[in-house]
Amino acid sequence: MAATPTREVARRVFASEFNDASYTFKESDDERAPVYVLLPTGERANRVFLVGTLTETEDVGEDSEYWQGRVVDPNGDTFFMYAGQYQPDAASMLRELEPPAYVAVVGKPRTYETDDGDVNVSVRPESISQVDEATRDRWVVETAQRTLDRIQAFDDEDSAEMDEYVQMASEQYDLPVENYRRAAVGALESLEGEQRDAPEA
Amino acid sequence: MTDLHTPATEIQEQFDDQLDVTVDEIEERLETLVEEYKVPLSEARRSVVNTYLDDAGMDRDQLSGGGGNEHVDIADVDAPEEWIDVTAKVVELWDATADAVAQVGLLGDETGTIKFTKWSKSDLPELEEGQVYELRNVVTDEYQGRFSVKLNRTTTIEAVDEEIEVGDDAVEVEGALVDIQSGSGLIKRCPEEDCTRVLQNGRCNEHGEVEGEFDLRIKGVLDDGEEVTEVIFDEEATEALTGISLEEGKEMAMDALDTTVVADEMRQKVLGRYYRVIGPTLGRYVLANEQERLDGPVDAEAMLIKARSI
Repeated sequence: MAATPTREVARRVFASEFNDASYTFKESDDERAPVYVLLPTGERANRVFLVGTLTETEDVGEDSEYWQGRVVDPNGDTFFMYAGQYQPDAASMLRELEPPAYVAVVGKPRTYETDDGDVNVSVRPESISQVDEATRDRWVVETAQRTLDRIQAFDDEDSAEMDEYVQMASEQYDLPVENYRRAAVGALESLEGEQRDAPEA
Repeated sequence: MTDLHTPATEIQEQFDDQLDVTVDEIEERLETLVEEYKVPLSEARRSVVNTYLDDAGMDRDQLSGGGGNEHVDIADVDAPEEWIDVTAKVVELWDATADAVAQVGLLGDETGTIKFTKWSKSDLPELEEGQVYELRNVVTDEYQGRFSVKLNRTTTIEAVDEEIEVGDDAVEVEGALVDIQSGSGLIKRCPEEDCTRVLQNGRCNEHGEVEGEFDLRIKGVLDDGEEVTEVIFDEEATEALTGISLEEGKEMAMDALDTTVVADEMRQKVLGRYYRVIGPTLGRYVLANEQERLDGPVDAEAMLIKARSI
């Protein structure tokens, strides 16, 4: 088979876990090797797919346009994204969209260390599109599912061979995965609440 | 001790018409190689067959079936230039476009379908649509990731009195559409007969500069958070997905004096949405025969029960 580089899968993660994913690593010394952030539930992510409410857009650039977007998940936690001249499609979406709006975002995780030594995690969007509530709801359930799968693998201490990334997460982070189970519960409860409140069709 | 009687019998059957050799004689030769020289059975078999081929003045590909070939399921054909036996039904016969081809069409078994070609010079009996055959000594081939089998002059064809329920090799994939790749939207194809290559800057790889014919297509990526699948939507599927017809696409491009506006418009309509696609695989792509937008209600409650229980 020809060695076509395989496309990186887009992980599903709620904002609270994503923003905790401050540890990055590469799997080879090659300069162009993909950079991964390590999710605290024990999975590597070189790409994410998220759907949420765009609540604010702002051009924070000094010399040229550099757009910041805030996308909020059902728990009220925020994904931050930044798009400049090298992401023209995403930047023009952030320029044109009127918040609030449901958006779907495909992008790469990026980390940035502040002067205080904190690490901020953000998304560099590859694409942003405006979507409907049904798409947002499906993303919430799917993301809860993927998060719970990761938590179960993390907690599965019986497994003879501990997963490489689970092991890495337990070494790199001191973060109880219980927090992320609660994030999944909270997100699902907010959907349930909305569905109950919705008028009968 | 290795059973050498069975392979010896098989070899004897292969040379039955040409040579007067006994099973015992063959078994003895095999035994020498396997027991004394510790040669693996497959090598020993090859060596003995070669000896008899020389004796009979035959080429290896003149050997009749029965020996050597593996009987394979069509879905398991995954490499070119392998000699195999298949039991399959002639699902369709197509019009042969070249004189060198006697018959061309589709064979199918329970596991899937595969194209076959029968050469004129092989001088083989005519295959009939709907009939099941035992085909021995056919050779596999590959073109752009798609496999086929060729019937040749050593192939034996035997009509079999059985019915085969031809399997569907379609796959079903679900996920969010996370990317639309280049080469999507309003494209131009080469108008030469039997050439449908997509033009790059007005040029066909095979026929050079040509006046292209417009077509619609999406090469998209479905991603479910665990796996990515590349999907090709043809004109019909693209229109079903985006609501943009070929005519509308051409008008949009004409108004903008730019064909890329069509793909841009499509991106806004489909990126980030969830879809289910059903269709056969072609190389690394799934060809969308059926597609459905997943925008119905989701079962948050079942997931909530699970989330609370762990």
